[in-house]
Amino acid sequence: MDQLAQQLVNGVLIGLVYSLLAIGLTLIWGVMNVLNFAHGEFLMIGMFLSYWLYVMAGVDPLFSIPINAVALFLLGMLVYRFIISKVMKGPALAQLVVTFGISIFLANFAALVWTPNFRSIEHTLLSGTWDISGLKLSIPKFVTSIGSVATSLGLFCFLKKTRIGKAILAVEMDREAAVIMGINTERINSLSFAIGSALVGVAGALLATHYYIYPFVGGSFGTICFCIVALGGFGSIEGAFVAGILVGVVQTLGGYIFDPAYKLAIVFIMYLITVWIRPQGLRGW
Amino acid sequence: MFDISGKQITVGGIVLALLILFPLVVTSPFGQHVAIITFMFAMCGVAWNLMGGYAGMFSFGQVAFFGIGAYASSFLLVTFNVSPWIGLMVGGVISAMLAASIGYPCSNLRGHYFAIATIAFAEIIRIVFNNWKLVGAAEGITVPMLKESVGNFMFHSSKLPYYYIILAFLLIAVAVCYWVSSSKMGYYFRAIKESHDIAHVLGVDVVRYRLYSIMISAFLTSMAGTFYAQYILYIDPESVMIMPISVQIVLVAMLGGANTVLGPVIGAAILIPLSEYSRAWLGYKGTGVDMIVYGTLITIISMYQPNGVWGSITYLLRRGK
Repeated sequence: MDQLAQQLVNGVLIGLVYSLLAIGLTLIWGVMNVLNFAHGEFLMIGMFLSYWLYVMAGVDPLFSIPINAVALFLLGMLVYRFIISKVMKGPALAQLVVTFGISIFLANFAALVWTPNFRSIEHTLLSGTWDISGLKLSIPKFVTSIGSVATSLGLFCFLKKTRIGKAILAVEMDREAAVIMGINTERINSLSFAIGSALVGVAGALLATHYYIYPFVGGSFGTICFCIVALGGFGSIEGAFVAGILVGVVQTLGGYIFDPAYKLAIVFIMYLITVWIRPQGLRGW
Repeated sequence: MFDISGKQITVGGIVLALLILFPLVVTSPFGQHVAIITFMFAMCGVAWNLMGGYAGMFSFGQVAFFGIGAYASSFLLVTFNVSPWIGLMVGGVISAMLAASIGYPCSNLRGHYFAIATIAFAEIIRIVFNNWKLVGAAEGITVPMLKESVGNFMFHSSKLPYYYIILAFLLIAVAVCYWVSSSKMGYYFRAIKESHDIAHVLGVDVVRYRLYSIMISAFLTSMAGTFYAQYILYIDPESVMIMPISVQIVLVAMLGGANTVLGPVIGAAILIPLSEYSRAWLGYKGTGVDMIVYGTLITIISMYQPNGVWGSITYLLRRGK
């Protein structure tokens, strides 16, 4: 029973990080109907950025969060400006495939310049575990989850309260109506892509505190994130948040009850069953 | 049944004759290997095109059928000593049945949702085979050496028989695709691609025809998988069930031109030699430079040739007239 509770806690902790990643992805998907297969690789770049800041300048991953956010924001903007915007007018298939190209490029480029080795940051401000009546809580994982929730909430408020945020939501709901209302959709596209990437940058810094850092780390996160986004429903921020936690819990509990080797398969099966019953996802329309 | 003009027969005959003569001229093993892999991916591209290009279902999980084809024949040969030719049919039937059983619950999924579902499906298959002791789990299957003969689907002294077999397979795939695209079914597929709802209202049994296209596509892809296993003689989940193969198949179709019978063949003829030679020249150190080039190539193709080379060629030809 204690073991089960422990797995549940671990599942929620990783699930909250998934939520943050998936929210970035769903924002991009919802606004411009583009599936960014390079999302995981952006995360990898964020993690490496934190790593090098730590190794070269002694910056703790926690303090590299803002640097990461700004750097990935700019990267997202550039990628949108020079690549994605070019295929937006093309056929849907090209929009799907182009980000595959970016992801293969980034992962292998990182492997070339930084070698495919696994690295990790040894002494961060966060280490150790709390022991709450038998329940073990790893401090870096806990802080990572708290940071993820805070960032997700921050984005949520930004979208609901600010003018630009409302404009993004408007484009997501109805692009043509938004254009009629005088919203510059091209700017909104580039902004959403940049914000989605910045969220991944934050997640990268948080994960760098305790996760292995290697060029192909994005792959495992990427595929899960797609399932979460589709599970949550097209472009739904709340949906992605809930689905992220759900997937985290199902993955850890499934791995614990059945066999850890099958934990991803269980997530994918859950995804297929869900979309069979609700093709539009949990919160989609 | 086939609406082919005399001119097309002449051109097709000449191309076919050139393809048959090709390995007699290009005798280097690597050159022949590249041609064989090109035909194999061309075949997969043609099969993908049936569901992706015509019926508008973008599958990123074709590798599941490819892998099942490879595993079915190899497993039957190793365990029950069944001829790979029977394994080829068994693999095709299993793939088509699996395609139907996954296609049915997904019959309401469109666009990106369908694409993600196919990725999830292929990943499930890969994970299962990676852990399934009966089929060798992560170690895979080594196909036993048999005497070389057409009946054994195995040749050691030369690549020529493999070349002609895969060429024949490719011709079968092209013929099937041509027949489907010019039959009533092909028009149903296009109607479904344009709009599910309208096709449904017009009396097209959307679910059934979506299933047909997935099943035919799965069968053909599975044949290519069996061929691959018999050609390489060693398979494991990391070589026949990983997503990059699915992406390669999509790219072949997209580069050549989805929604045309011969587009994927043209796409394969451009993309596969490029990627095989860049791997041979740049990839030998294992640094992944070939993959960097490949990634760049994908990005450039999507940006500048999103409708496929075949589309541009026919457009230019028509304008030239």
